[in-house]
Amino acid sequence: MAVPRPLPRLDSSNRDFWTGGANNELRLMRCLDCATFIHPPRPVCRNCLSENVATEAVAGTGVIATFTVNYQKWHPAMEVPFVVARVAPDGAPGVYLTTNIVGCDVDAVEIGDRVRVIFEQQDDVYLPLFQKIN
Amino acid sequence: MGASDAYITGIGQSEVGMKLTRHPLLLTLDAVREALQEAGLSIGQIDGVSTYPGRVPAMLGFSPVGSDELIDALGIRASWYAGGIEISSQLGAVTAAAMAVRTGQARHVICYRTVYEAAAMARPEEYPVPRRDRVDGGSQWTAPFNALSAAVWTAQYAMRHVKQFGLTREQLAQIALTGRANAALNPRALVREPLSMDEYLAARMIASPLCLYDCDRYTDASTVLIVSAGDALDEVSCTPVRIAAMAGSVERHSWDQAEWMACYPTGADLWSRTDYTQSDVDTVQLYDGFSFQAIAWLEALGFCEKGEGGRFIEGGKRIALDGELPLNTFGGQIGAGRLHGFGFAHEAVVQLRGKGEARQIPGNPRVAVATSGGGPLATALLLARD
Repeated sequence: MAVPRPLPRLDSSNRDFWTGGANNELRLMRCLDCATFIHPPRPVCRNCLSENVATEAVAGTGVIATFTVNYQKWHPAMEVPFVVARVAPDGAPGVYLTTNIVGCDVDAVEIGDRVRVIFEQQDDVYLPLFQKIN
Repeated sequence: MGASDAYITGIGQSEVGMKLTRHPLLLTLDAVREALQEAGLSIGQIDGVSTYPGRVPAMLGFSPVGSDELIDALGIRASWYAGGIEISSQLGAVTAAAMAVRTGQARHVICYRTVYEAAAMARPEEYPVPRRDRVDGGSQWTAPFNALSAAVWTAQYAMRHVKQFGLTREQLAQIALTGRANAALNPRALVREPLSMDEYLAARMIASPLCLYDCDRYTDASTVLIVSAGDALDEVSCTPVRIAAMAGSVERHSWDQAEWMACYPTGADLWSRTDYTQSDVDTVQLYDGFSFQAIAWLEALGFCEKGEGGRFIEGGKRIALDGELPLNTFGGQIGAGRLHGFGFAHEAVVQLRGKGEARQIPGNPRVAVATSGGGPLATALLLARD
């Protein structure tokens, strides 16, 4: 989509997630004590309350947990249709990422499809989008 | 039941429309006046105010009138008040008021929800759309992917229902068809024309599987519910409706991290707090900002098993005005307008008092459920006429 996307404001908690794509890495926050993944990223573990947390790169593959095909132009310049999906990244149980499935027809997307991350850079942000693994 | 309980007494509603020019504070006043008149109360007897989500300066159309402004504008001496968005959803303002009267903080609390989204959109010079360079908070996880509306977020739950449980478009349509049929009998409803299955099936998609008629639309209106203390009912002239149980639970406060919407734990909690059961309920008024939410609420409240909501409403007879479980008898938000949560509790009280006129359900109803919210937001009220 050529139309600029709304971008996140970067801060100490989310910067690794939104810039990992510069190194082609999907980075998620994780507790170093109990190994729980923490998403959205925060400076405390929601499982054990440890502050000993850090981001780590995960595989970058995953599964489509659910999706919708967006047909409505929420603003006049929006290009439709496109797929909004909730992807469960491999190796990070309990985490879901809202994202777009790109590189295929909108009618080709199904729950359970295997996908791989592809980063789209806009300004200083690397948006983790996903495409189907054939 | 008794002095320690909380009751809904007066209820009121302003004109409901689109692109209204009457000031939103005056719409609120219209609803307050109607509620006071019905309850036989004067403004001087009001000692509490509760609202959702409070004044939202960045989106004035979404919520133009704050509790502090209403208190000042109407000359209320409040011994307790609250208004905010960090609560279980729209009807959370009613649960807060119920707790306030039960703990002696106030005797008669005006609870209100005023919406002005159609008017604000039509008058951007008066209600400018805020421009932000960057998004933060929860919206940073959805907006960058152009998932810009709760329709898109809700559609993903609905799609899972389609794929996992077999929800069909014809089943989903019954929420909109039922709402629109009932709205035709409600003089205050925003949309008065019934909707046919053919029209529904021909409608354009918004976010699959939700089509145009699965979505409510921007509305200008105010709805008021007065919550009164059990030991103040001798001051009230209308039939009080007891808040028999209430719940507002969440497991992950997020539109994408939670497995399912917050209505599920909320529905279970509601029944754990009362001796009533589903078989006692005469009518349900379930949040339908998007049609699928009402199906989720039916499951969450245990009227059918999880995954069975589509089959439960198949054909629409069961949830029609003369069915075994009449749903959204005023039209819901899809038919009556985006009153944003408060319309459901308002209608539950109308029905329990037998004041529904052309849309009144038969059988002397005594117990109703009213809910608000979708995604991580959920409030359920069990209401009883003793």
